[in-house]
Amino acid sequence: MSNAGTAFRALVVKDVLTFLRDRRAIAVSVVTPILIAAFFGSMFGGEGSREIAKLPVAIVDEDQSDLSREIVADLSADAALAAVALDRAAARARVLSGKSAVAIVLPSGFGAAAPRALFGAGAKPPVELLYDPSQGFAQAIVSGLLTQHVMERVTRDLFGGGGSPAAPHAGGGGLTLPFSISATAIASGPAYNSYAHSFAGMSVQFILFMGVDAGIGLLLMRQSGVWRRLRAAPLSRAMLLGARLCGTTLIALVILTLVYAVAGLLFHVRIEGSVVGFAMIAVAFAALAAATGLMVAALGRSVAATRGIATLVTLMLVMLGGAWVPTFIFPTWLQRVTLLVPTHWAVSGLDAMSWRAQPFGAALAPTAVLLGFALVFALVALWRFEDTAE
Amino acid sequence: MSLVADKLEKRFGGTLAVDGISFEAAPGKVLGLLGPNGAGKSTTISMLAGLIAPDRGAVRIDGRPLGTGADPGKRSLGLVPQEIALFEELPARANLALFGALYGLAGKALATRIAAVLELTSLAERSADPPREFSGGMKRRLNIACALLHEPNILLLDEPTVGVDPQSRNAIFETLEALARAGHTLIYTTHYMEEAERLADRIVVIDHGKVLADDTLAGLLATSATRSILILALETAPDAATLAEIGALPGIRDTELKGTTLTVAAAELGIAAPRVLERLATRGCRCIELTSRRANLEDVFLSLTGRTLRDP
Repeated sequence: MSNAGTAFRALVVKDVLTFLRDRRAIAVSVVTPILIAAFFGSMFGGEGSREIAKLPVAIVDEDQSDLSREIVADLSADAALAAVALDRAAARARVLSGKSAVAIVLPSGFGAAAPRALFGAGAKPPVELLYDPSQGFAQAIVSGLLTQHVMERVTRDLFGGGGSPAAPHAGGGGLTLPFSISATAIASGPAYNSYAHSFAGMSVQFILFMGVDAGIGLLLMRQSGVWRRLRAAPLSRAMLLGARLCGTTLIALVILTLVYAVAGLLFHVRIEGSVVGFAMIAVAFAALAAATGLMVAALGRSVAATRGIATLVTLMLVMLGGAWVPTFIFPTWLQRVTLLVPTHWAVSGLDAMSWRAQPFGAALAPTAVLLGFALVFALVALWRFEDTAE
Repeated sequence: MSLVADKLEKRFGGTLAVDGISFEAAPGKVLGLLGPNGAGKSTTISMLAGLIAPDRGAVRIDGRPLGTGADPGKRSLGLVPQEIALFEELPARANLALFGALYGLAGKALATRIAAVLELTSLAERSADPPREFSGGMKRRLNIACALLHEPNILLLDEPTVGVDPQSRNAIFETLEALARAGHTLIYTTHYMEEAERLADRIVVIDHGKVLADDTLAGLLATSATRSILILALETAPDAATLAEIGALPGIRDTELKGTTLTVAAAELGIAAPRVLERLATRGCRCIELTSRRANLEDVFLSLTGRTLRDP
């Protein structure tokens, strides 16, 4: 083999051996694609036998007829829906808050009018669909399912019993859809802006990455001896880590402010809800991002290992938080899991205070959860961070 | 201020890194902590700086035990780490401002001290530049300047001249000598013999975590079994039997043969030289040149530890 060939082979072998010697990096390199693939596979149906995501809907029965009650029961039993029966005001509030994608309002007189309308005799009763504009495609799904159940129930009632259909005042035409649908996007603000959710999700993702980078910066300080010099000062470790936490929190806030400023100027994203609430959630999330970085640094130990772990942790937090895709398309069990993921509270909190136009009170829970997570992460960092490298 | 290391002991897992080290550093003096890599110097410095707590023993500054964390006793100490512990992207002045602020300096007092240490380390003209644009020597000087801002009485220098060119090293020495003259206590770890010989008023030799010797340079040389070194250039290399005979002569401490050059460590030059020459002549080895010198610190270290300072 030529000199160049020998050198080339040695360099390749060196790279492979270096990689293989870092067991933590190997684990992360293997685990990350497995987890992400499992996540998306599970989200989009798994192996076909798993539980599918149920679409959360609210049903308002203003008719209270036998027919409307039967339809409500059918919708509630539908495997594709997670239905809850409410009055109009509660259903509207539920859609506004994002807890239900669609509210179905069966109007008064529906039970009497629908069978007649099936044969084109009489006016079609107007069924209202109040939908969350950030989940527009859910409205189409619910329309289809509603049509299926109404048609099944109306025709079963009319043609049931084997005799001729009890067609009241049958007109000359064939069968028609026995109701009309009036779909209305529900948002507290002037209009839904799809950029608002995108900016919430992407802000959360990249500020989280920044926080983790700050954690890695801490490890680099330790590697370069700067941390040793800082520890030589008459200052406690908690104080030094706390200062790092505060600095990173401020940087995160600056980033979030700039991103939302651009979003407002160029994409007309507005804080339609409580500005104070938005600020509270922003501060809490910024603190969380900083604390996440510290914790990852404390657990990762070395710079190389931390980079790998950081990528994994951040991607999982972002995916589960709904920054990439809305959480309602997750399987039910996974939707429950997302409540334990701080990024879910950050994304939904920023959504609530921006395009969902929620009041100050709606900011309290996300703020509390984010600050709670930030505190726990910071304590873990304080407990586990070593002054010297392994 | 005086600093006392009192029976310091530190273990990392199953390794006893420091095993009962004791010494005292007096005000206005430079104490050289000498030892090869892995001898326990950096661990000792870490304990002296309050970075880690000893498992046993104590560090005392003017009689008061030093703790870790936020112990106010650390204000008396300035640490110059072995690494270039600077923020490479920040201007030199900003680095100094940060490290001064860690000790509570602010406003005019901080500005005055920054100006003083920049002057002392001859970096005033480059204070607006970041260290990444500095030479190795300039970085080392800034590394030292950062430890001087709060006017510590005791300066701990952990191999502060690694990788420095001779000119910069000389500038650093002059700075340190000025500090010692001003009454500061300096503790200086190194594995450069010439640095210890030039700077240290007292030298503590450590190896395997233990103190092997603690004396002035003159005292170490006086008590060493090796006082003189003979260097003989021979026409032909002597055989192993001849070398063994020379090594067994009275007053001969050690022999080393490299090519046709024989180095002999001896207790007394006047007694050893004739005996060695006579034995070589007897064995037919003609000496074409003979030089001698007094034993130095390197020789003392070799006789104490059995290895040189740069041995792995």
